[in-house]
Amino acid sequence: MEKFEKLQGIAAPMPLVNIDTDMIIPKVFLKSIARTGFGKNLFDEMRFNRDGTEIEDFVLNKPQYRNAEILIAGDNFGCGSSREHAPWAIADFGIKCVVSTSFADIFFNNCFKNGILPIVLPQEQVDILMSDAEKGANARITVDLEAQEITTSDGETIAFDVDAFKKHCLLEGLDDIGLTLEKKASIDAFEAKASAARPWV
Amino acid sequence: MTAPKTLYDKIWDAHVAHEAEDGTTLLYIDRHLVHEVTSAQAFEGLRMTGRTVHAPDKTIAVPDHNVPTTAGREDPAQMTEESRIQVQALDTNAKEFGVHYYPVSDVRQGIVHIVGPEQGWTLPGMTVVCGDSHTATHGAFGALAHGIGTSEVEHVLATQTLIQKKSKNMKVEITGKLKPGVTAKDITLAVIGETGTGGGTGYVIEYCGEAIRDLSMEGRMTVCNMAIEGGARAGLIAPDDTTFEYCKGRPHAPKGAQWEQAVEYWKTLFTDEGAHFDKVVTLKGEEIEPVVTWGTSPEDVLPISGVVPNPSDFEGGKVDAAARSIDYMGLTPGQKLTDIEIDTVFIGSCTNGRIEDLRAVADVVKGKKIKDGMRAMIVPGSGLVRAQAEEEGLAEIFEDAGFEWRLAGCSMCLAMNPDQLAENERCASTSNRNFEGRQGYKGRTHLVSPAMAAAAALTGRLTDVRDLI
Repeated sequence: MEKFEKLQGIAAPMPLVNIDTDMIIPKVFLKSIARTGFGKNLFDEMRFNRDGTEIEDFVLNKPQYRNAEILIAGDNFGCGSSREHAPWAIADFGIKCVVSTSFADIFFNNCFKNGILPIVLPQEQVDILMSDAEKGANARITVDLEAQEITTSDGETIAFDVDAFKKHCLLEGLDDIGLTLEKKASIDAFEAKASAARPWV
Repeated sequence: MTAPKTLYDKIWDAHVAHEAEDGTTLLYIDRHLVHEVTSAQAFEGLRMTGRTVHAPDKTIAVPDHNVPTTAGREDPAQMTEESRIQVQALDTNAKEFGVHYYPVSDVRQGIVHIVGPEQGWTLPGMTVVCGDSHTATHGAFGALAHGIGTSEVEHVLATQTLIQKKSKNMKVEITGKLKPGVTAKDITLAVIGETGTGGGTGYVIEYCGEAIRDLSMEGRMTVCNMAIEGGARAGLIAPDDTTFEYCKGRPHAPKGAQWEQAVEYWKTLFTDEGAHFDKVVTLKGEEIEPVVTWGTSPEDVLPISGVVPNPSDFEGGKVDAAARSIDYMGLTPGQKLTDIEIDTVFIGSCTNGRIEDLRAVADVVKGKKIKDGMRAMIVPGSGLVRAQAEEEGLAEIFEDAGFEWRLAGCSMCLAMNPDQLAENERCASTSNRNFEGRQGYKGRTHLVSPAMAAAAALTGRLTDVRDLI
């Protein structure tokens, strides 16, 4: 997995609440058996007309946000399905960090597996970042995972929380499965004990 | 004396394979369900790293999302090239890695969340995961069940564990009795209407109360299925005699002395008196009416007697979201919900594709005809549900009334197969999500119970089923 350390980039504002995984990547694009190539269909039905032309007023189609690497989003971002195609599409587009007042649980977990940092902040702080993002391409926001700090284009700093284990994995770009397999002895011991206690499982 | 525990606490504690100092836990997984859309990349990951499936005996694969539901579907020409590749990849992976498998040609094939319980794979006290958010369904058995992403599918395949932090405990109590015409679907939608789609985020919900206890297993599965729509990691219902009766004799349920041993254990799976819940929501069962959704979020719920709301009725970010929903749905604030005309009725899905759901539909439509020009389809949740409905004479009732009687699959719930809404087509649907484009590009979805969907099929508009029974 790609490491996430420090990012300075353009932030795109998406204040709509309850942006669901069907909006992020409609199901017609779930038919690939690869993990890559979903970025061109990110937010497809919001971003493109049926004939493939761009919908001008969609934020990521505006010239100043085409290269956004950060998304400042409305509440309950990523609700809906478990499809990891949603973070795959976000990462493939080039977005590495999403900030909101809350995220749906499965989407939140999926982000960390794909080098994306989802950050939960109180409404007032999301509002500050939303206003900053609305300034456009010259307003670059900095996200420092090691320091757990966001710096706005005006130099204001906002601290954020992140789970220590998830932070470690993102900073190092670690493979979860490899880490878990180091604990194989614990898993085998649990299995032996559980199958004695609950042989029908 | 140990502190009183919730049902969730008990199941969690029984599955901790390793716990780090910061609470990061390796949670052991008893059943891993797999379907074709979210697993191909995970199996490919195993191949690329030379890893194997840790417990193929606890892994069950079934294609459901993409499969056509029309006769002759064994013919691959019925699927698009991409769908065919996904279904064939599952076929190859299931055989190569030696997991349990129900192919399209098997009568037991169906929606993974209907097949699991039906075959006795899902049992009380288990941990169950699947690369699908509606894994919450299995919580009806008192199993800790939730959806995971594809990276986690690969993690479970390789290690039979998940890296987890414990969620908080939430209690949703439905007191009293339901009124006639009100069903499990109305309960679960009413709860989401109350809590919002983010209300359960960070929690595992335990549903309890008289109205929940009175539900059949089918109804309990409907309730837990939509826990995810309220944002919860999982929904749970404590197992009882209704649960044991359902499980007994299923192909993969324990038999003989082991059955007795299992039931004895299952009877310990309840929330202890005095256990702590971080959040409590209580609804009165007798106050729940048949409900419908008007917008594009499952929280957009109103009793059928209501009217389309005005965006200004809401606060914060919901004002813009409601305006967008009303525009997308082609509705007018103040319009009576019963005046909304519909073109299509979809009955099926992991929410409402079980035999009891089909019986509820038959009760409403028996001896009647659906409205002229209505497209109405019934898609049973599994081949066995279909067979049972035919044996009970339900299929004949449906066909006489004018419904299409389909083969099992996810179908128009998410419209990955050919069953889709056309632009601006309006559907009364027993499925679980009314998101923009969910059932087809620019399609409009109203979520309802099976009985309400049946009523709408007869009248051609959203209808209070109590007026017809």
